[in-house]
Amino acid sequence: MTASIERLTSAGEKPRRWGSFYVAEHRLYAMRAYLQTLLVTGFGNPLLYLFGLGVGLARLVNVPVGGATYLEFVAPALLASAAVTVAGEEFSYPVLMGFKWNPIFFGMNAAPLSGLQIVNGMIISVFVRMFPTVAIYYAFMLIFGAVPHWSGVFDILVAVLVGMSVGIMIMAYTSTITEDHGQMAIIQRFILMPMFLFSGTFFPITNLPIYLQWIGWISPLWHGTQLGRVLSYGLVEPGWLTLVHVVYLLALATTGWTLAARQFRKRLGS
Amino acid sequence: MPEAVITASLLTKKYKDFAAVDGISFEVAPGESFGLLGPNGAGKSTTMRMVGAVSTRTSGDLSILGLDPNEHGPEIRAQLGVVPQADNLDQELRVRDNLIVYGRYFGIPRRQVAKRADELLEFAQLSDRAKSRVDDLSGGMKRRLTIARALVNDPRILLLDEPTTGLDPQARHILWDRLFRLKEQGTTLVLTTHYMDEAEQLCDRLVVVDKGTIMAEGSPAALIKQYSTREVVEVRFGSEKNANVAKQLKGIGDRVEVLPDRILIYSDNGEAELSEIIRRGLNPITSLVRRSSLEDVFLRLTGRSLIE
Repeated sequence: MTASIERLTSAGEKPRRWGSFYVAEHRLYAMRAYLQTLLVTGFGNPLLYLFGLGVGLARLVNVPVGGATYLEFVAPALLASAAVTVAGEEFSYPVLMGFKWNPIFFGMNAAPLSGLQIVNGMIISVFVRMFPTVAIYYAFMLIFGAVPHWSGVFDILVAVLVGMSVGIMIMAYTSTITEDHGQMAIIQRFILMPMFLFSGTFFPITNLPIYLQWIGWISPLWHGTQLGRVLSYGLVEPGWLTLVHVVYLLALATTGWTLAARQFRKRLGS
Repeated sequence: MPEAVITASLLTKKYKDFAAVDGISFEVAPGESFGLLGPNGAGKSTTMRMVGAVSTRTSGDLSILGLDPNEHGPEIRAQLGVVPQADNLDQELRVRDNLIVYGRYFGIPRRQVAKRADELLEFAQLSDRAKSRVDDLSGGMKRRLTIARALVNDPRILLLDEPTTGLDPQARHILWDRLFRLKEQGTTLVLTTHYMDEAEQLCDRLVVVDKGTIMAEGSPAALIKQYSTREVVEVRFGSEKNANVAKQLKGIGDRVEVLPDRILIYSDNGEAELSEIIRRGLNPITSLVRRSSLEDVFLRLTGRSLIE
């Protein structure tokens, strides 16, 4: 019986160790189906936004903002928004689908993979899509002369962090949805869209009336954008605030991750 | 008897106050084909999910391949093949890719899993559909693909939750043929069904489950012997008359059951009972003598009233 005992203990070894990557592999297989769309939007979006804002709007807004040109001011925000857009797509419908419409998560869980591994696998697969999307965006920013400082390259990491902190929170929420009442559209219109407009993206949040500025303070996009500006053109702000940006984004991502893992485990094992 | 691959004792699953599975005990031997029979809501699927090491038990003991699913979920699941009640194939992927990604879940190297996928497509008679979209497959094909997928890790136990529900007769027979081949190869099968013919075709031994408890256990033949008679006579006298006629059937058969549309007479010699009915001058509109089936056992044990 030694052979069978060996088999018993070794059978789950690889899935226990690498399970998250197997989930990611599956998601990437699925993304291949819309690879063309990914490429078109990946190259098209930065081109359109930077051209429109840099060549069009920036001429109109001829006032330097805090020592930067308008394009330099707006570019870190657009970069972070690009990451949030990817997160909004990949952490919403695919999660709802995996539990409900095309319940592949249950299939993964019936195989040796755990809820936590599925959560991690989703994150890995989104990272694989998000990182190049943001990097391409950054390359266009360089071409358009939107990054005065070499340290702006770290904006890529900041943008990914923003995307992840928003996305993982969305995943934590989406995984609780059992009946679809159009919650995804609500997230898109009433959370992501206002966040895009009022997070100091196109103008400093201090331009907003004080009763609207809270949107910026709680918005991960604002924290990421400000952090990106510090790195790309040396926005001046108190050191503690820069630290708050980092801590806030990390805290959001960690909280979302904990909630998502708990919800996945609960829902799969009921 | 060789060491059991599944041992459940007083297995219980409660959702708040409701016991979906209420203290059931059974064993499954290696290579055996074991069935859980029961009406909807009897607790079959919940039992399967516990045996599949995804749902945790509330109390009782459960051992799968000698391991406790609470401790060794991934190790157990790595050696199981699961065919769930509702297909959960990835509709975004093509047929063959579904097998490949699933095989990867078990850590099977890419080259090996590609070879395995082709073998399984052959087995499932889907080789010519390898590049099709899952959505374009018929219900029977999807089922076969799900079974093929469940075999990707060469499982020691195959769990099938209502494998042929919703399929047309042709598709069911093809599926039974495939499952029978697996059985011949020595794969341990555990299946739930509410089709009696399916249970008679595939199961060496089965338990009848109702309201979370086991009502009876044995081989299909033994259960028929124990809970029914060899034959059943079905006679119809017209909906209004059945109840009245029944009173005049005293002494005929081992047991008489009056249904709204017909009367069933359980007996070891159906023809003799039918002759007696006619001799008494009771002329049925239609009559039928048939062999007793698992369905008779099932209805006797779980009742005829519909509980939804």
